[in-house]
Amino acid sequence: MTTAVHPYIDALLTGTRELPGTPYAWLNERRGAALERANALSVPTTRDEEWRFTDLAPLTRLQLRGAAGAATVGAEAIRPYVMPEAGARLVFVDGIFAPALSITGADSDNARVAPLAEALKSHAGALEPHLARLAGFEKNVFVALNTAHLRDAAVVIVRENTACGKPVHVLHLSTQPGTASYPRCIVVLESGAACTVVEEYQAISPDAYFTNSVTEVAVAPNARLHHVKLQAENGRAFHIATCAVSIARDASYTTQAISLGARLSRYDLNVALNGEGAFSQIDGLALISERQLADTHTLIDHAFPNGRSVQLHKTIVGGAAHAVFNGKIFVRPGAQLTDSSQQSRNLLLSDKATVDTKPQLEIFADDVKCAHGATVGQLDADQLFYLRSRGLPEQAARNLLTYAFGASVIERIPVKSMVQRLERVVMAQTGAEA
Amino acid sequence: MKNEQGRAILEVRGLTANVAGVPILKGMDLTVREGEIHAIMGPNGSGKSTFAKVLAGHPAYEITGGTVRFEGKDLLGIEPEERARAGIFLGFQYPVEIPGVSNSAFLRLAYNTVQGARGKEELDPLEFDDFIREKMKLLDMDPAFLERSVNEGFSGGEKKRNEILQLATLEPKLSILDETDSGLDIDALRVVANGVNSLLRPDNAFVLVTHYQRLLNYIVPDYVHVMEGGRLIKTGGKELALELESRGYDWVVEEDRANTSGRAAAAATTAA
Ligand SMILES: Nc1ncnc2c1ncn2[C@@H]1O[C@H](COP(=O)(O)OP(=O)(O)OP(=O)(O)O)[C@@H](O)[C@H]1O
Ligand SMILES: [Mg+2]
Repeated sequence: MTTAVHPYIDALLTGTRELPGTPYAWLNERRGAALERANALSVPTTRDEEWRFTDLAPLTRLQLRGAAGAATVGAEAIRPYVMPEAGARLVFVDGIFAPALSITGADSDNARVAPLAEALKSHAGALEPHLARLAGFEKNVFVALNTAHLRDAAVVIVRENTACGKPVHVLHLSTQPGTASYPRCIVVLESGAACTVVEEYQAISPDAYFTNSVTEVAVAPNARLHHVKLQAENGRAFHIATCAVSIARDASYTTQAISLGARLSRYDLNVALNGEGAFSQIDGLALISERQLADTHTLIDHAFPNGRSVQLHKTIVGGAAHAVFNGKIFVRPGAQLTDSSQQSRNLLLSDKATVDTKPQLEIFADDVKCAHGATVGQLDADQLFYLRSRGLPEQAARNLLTYAFGASVIERIPVKSMVQRLERVVMAQTGAEA
Repeated sequence: MKNEQGRAILEVRGLTANVAGVPILKGMDLTVREGEIHAIMGPNGSGKSTFAKVLAGHPAYEITGGTVRFEGKDLLGIEPEERARAGIFLGFQYPVEIPGVSNSAFLRLAYNTVQGARGKEELDPLEFDDFIREKMKLLDMDPAFLERSVNEGFSGGEKKRNEILQLATLEPKLSILDETDSGLDIDALRVVANGVNSLLRPDNAFVLVTHYQRLLNYIVPDYVHVMEGGRLIKTGGKELALELESRGYDWVVEEDRANTSGRAAAAATTAA
């Protein structure tokens, strides 16, 4: 038995050594390889360029263990998050699939929405090229950790030239304090398929825990995925997530990633435009306050000609919170006629709030269009006065303007009940700022 | 209607104000009574918008002297939102765009806040929708403007119409319209003027800031004031506007200079 280089990683890996093997040799192999990498890698520090602003020391001070079996959670616990629009729902409690709370019913010929063990029985062939592959664990200790723990996962597979008319909801609920959980979600859209997937993180425990999640997305030629990620962990939680997306020829991937919760959150979104004419729209919104830190790193990799990517990242930072955005755009040699734009817009609600935003363009093709811009500002005094001059109390006017700032991202979410829910949450959260 | 015996809605006495440390208002005096329409004219930069914004409570202006009473009560000590609820309305010279706030939600919020403060009934979204569409019809406004963000991408004239829509919605006691006529085409001008005329009641009043006598063909003022150098230097009836249109401001400024130096000389003589 090997031990990890880093004692903290070693502790987190304790459970993995007893994980039962699966009937799939390829999966066992990948898990084994990930375990090896996790053993070899260390916890990044702020000396690491990719983690300059995000100090993981508080995470390493946390005593964590694996979830002690499936917690018993009643239907009322998930009621606030239920989306009436959803056609299927997979619920994971502390990372473990909760069949009683889930609806996999929409198991038509069009789509397969199921926990991993089920999905593998019928769709191992569709999963094998992507699962534990898209999200590389060679250099990323958190992906390695997650992959080493890989047991449960939310699986969404949409058949060729079909659409799952209703959104699929993947809900992760944290209930046990002091646990580390390793949610995984894999979405495979076959060619010409279309689907909306909502990935959501909520907590009913008020204490610290660690969510280390990985999402893998494969969008085949001409397919269209709309992916919403809502991170609403509790204020003491640590949330480290990686999402790896591969978009094939003429396919599109649209996402809104909303970060509201967690004491420390980090989202690595890696989108590869792996075919000609691929399209990606990436919207992000972080709304944080008090001493929260929200770090978003995105990588948009234009590998083929005629790709287009549009990115808008917004942050609303109150209290003594800190938002980090690093947006890398990579245009490979040969990815001619790439058209990419990136906007980073940041609203500071207090003088202790900080934001670090950095565009990072690496362009190796000559016939491309790449635009980027960043702004950091406060609420506009004239807008504020305009609203007040119509009778709105100052705080209400501030809330409204703050909401309006985030609204351009929230309103792009294609699920109405979720937009309304976020509207309420954002208004309440900006109100609490006063 | 001139109303010399009527109740004063607004009483401004010796008002002085600075912006960014620079004195802009230098002794404004103005009394507006119920039922009256006042026009304030004057060269660019004379302080007309500053005066309007000071009345509405813009925090960028520092009051350095004088008093303002609104319906008998001190106005300067209260917040902009309280002034709005008390019945002051400023139609902005440059209405701001507020992307992300829907015009209908904004209008309803404003309406309900002001109604609530007056102890009147608030309207739910459906009721308000009926109410506001009726108002828009009067102003010949396309209901599509309800769905858009506040003033965002509105043309100059559309923004001004939206100001009048807010005025019609909030039913203030005192409306100060800062160049609402600028940028309006002839038809829009007529619509806006009709709107104002229909909103005038015996117990409210209007102050119109304008550069053009044209507006005053449609809305007939009881008083025309000339503002220059941060104060009112002349007051007359509606015929003064016509005279200004043909002769410009120079003669008024001259006249004022002669008056003030005459007064100063007289004061010096008395003192001696
Ligand atoms: N922030 C500021 N700092 C310095 N001076 C200012 C500031 N804001 C306004 N002023 C000055 O105050 C003066 C009065 O401006 P105001 O907008 O009230 O004029 P106005 O009479 O409305 O002009 P117009 O007819 O062009 O609308 C102008 O000279 C203007 O430059
Ligand atoms: Mg002006």
